Amino acid sequence: MNTPIQFTVNGNRQSVDVPPMKRLLDVLREDLHLTGTKEGCGEGECGACAVLLNGELVNSCLVPALQAHGSRLCTIEGVSTEGQLHPIQQCFLERGGAQCGICTPGMILATHHLLDKYPNPTLEQIQEGLAGNLCRCTGYMRIFESVQQAANTISP
Amino acid sequence: MRSDVSLYDLSAPPSLDAALAILAKEPGKYTPIAGGTELMVALGVGRLVQHSLISIQHLRELRFIRVDDKAIHIGAGTTFTDIRRSQAIAEDLPLLIQSASWTGSIANQNRGTLGGNICNASPAADTPPALLAYGATVRLISASGTRTMPYSDFHLGYKKTVLRPDELLHSISVPRDFSDYRQYIRKVGTRNAQSISKIALAAIAKLEGDTIADIRLGAASLTDRPVRCSATEAALQRQRIDGANLDATVRAARAALATEAKPIDDIRSTAKYRAAVAANLLEEFLRSL
Ligand SMILES: Cc1cc2nc3c(=O)[nH]c(=O)nc-3n(C[C@H](O)[C@H](O)[C@H](O)COP(=O)(O)OP(=O)(O)OC[C@H]3O[C@@H](n4cnc5c(N)ncnc54)[C@H](O)[C@@H]3O)c2cc1C
Ligand code: FES
Ligand code: FES
Repeated sequence: MNTPIQFTVNGNRQSVDVPPMKRLLDVLREDLHLTGTKEGCGEGECGACAVLLNGELVNSCLVPALQAHGSRLCTIEGVSTEGQLHPIQQCFLERGGAQCGICTPGMILATHHLLDKYPNPTLEQIQEGLAGNLCRCTGYMRIFESVQQAANTISP
Repeated sequence: MRSDVSLYDLSAPPSLDAALAILAKEPGKYTPIAGGTELMVALGVGRLVQHSLISIQHLRELRFIRVDDKAIHIGAGTTFTDIRRSQAIAEDLPLLIQSASWTGSIANQNRGTLGGNICNASPAADTPPALLAYGATVRLISASGTRTMPYSDFHLGYKKTVLRPDELLHSISVPRDFSDYRQYIRKVGTRNAQSISKIALAAIAKLEGDTIADIRLGAASLTDRPVRCSATEAALQRQRIDGANLDATVRAARAALATEAKPIDDIRSTAKYRAAVAANLLEEFLRSL
């Protein structure tokens, strides 16, 4: 049975009529066509599906749609503003923090969450903040450098 | 294979009382879901057998950290992130903070709850050893009332607890005065971040000179459920840890632990490895005193 669910995604109010246990990941991709959020494992291990829910980093593959009712969501599509890349995105581009790009939306949102908490994170804080985001391409060093550069750009 | 989500039902009762009334009306029909970091994984791989769920994730009545003179009371719906942000828990219960920080990634800690960690009743869960060592009590609630008991009586077997189908875990209360105790916790897994432990030990001990005046041990994966190691604790009471006696005390501790170690064999490790490493952790703690 479907349930009406409302939330705000990237500043826009959205209503969907979906099974309440539908994964938030699938609501975003299938019902709202926001395909920037990726699916890797579907088990909470890889962070490719990470979004911000009321400002907190969550894996959308583990959130039933109903639990997002009334919330404020931010997906990768909401990170840039008016066609301008966010400094985090710019730094990932410049530093080679993205290769195939599957992990990148989750990495960017995890970085967002991290820099909200620690504007000038230590390497250890970066490693902990991104430990739930797996990357098969970069070997992580360029990702850590991208995060460090983003921190320096945003809070010099 | 992925589950067909249209076959599952989920509602969000407006209050704790409303949730308890639903559970009481048809006991066993509904399964509570909190942060979903266990149940949604089961859903994703097509193994979620319960088809009617009620969300307790939004219930304010279950999400609190209250401190009084004697104890810190933590609502079952408190997330690991809430725990890590609590100054009171950081000061009084460092082992709980440490175990919360091990429980999966930041995204998991933002959703996963202390109540879900306990009620899921995995022998390998991260917070139970600390709660057992600290001598926590649990409060269970249903439409017909509440009951409290030592947390060490909560687990009955592999994935089995005393919770009745009409009951929820309400909160966990942890005594707070351990300032004169030495405290230790260690988890052995494959990777620091979000790996399920092969074995874990939490230990606290109070010394009088060179003599152990009190010692409490909680372990994960040492048996089919999280356990307090009472036989080993008894064997260590009043034992001496000065240079001349330390080796004998360590030997006695290892022997006692062997009697109560009944680990399971599973994909993460073997029973033999688990028993051996648990004894090594206990020895590491005793030699650090
Ligand atoms: C990638 C990943 C890594 C993880 N790593 C770890 C780890 O390192 N260590 C670890 O210990 N765990 C780990 N977990 C497991 C999980 O995150 C924790 O067990 C978490 O505490 C579960 O809480 P929850 O609220 O999300 O549970 P849910 O999935 O909502 O519920 C779990 C179970 O508890 C029951 N339940 C929940 N709340 C109550 C209540 N108040 N009363 C009665 N029953 C209740 C539910 O019915 C269900 O059976 C990991 C999970 C994932 C996905
Ligand atoms: S797809 Fe959600 S964590 Fe991997
Ligand atoms: S860039 Fe390919 S997985 Fe990270």
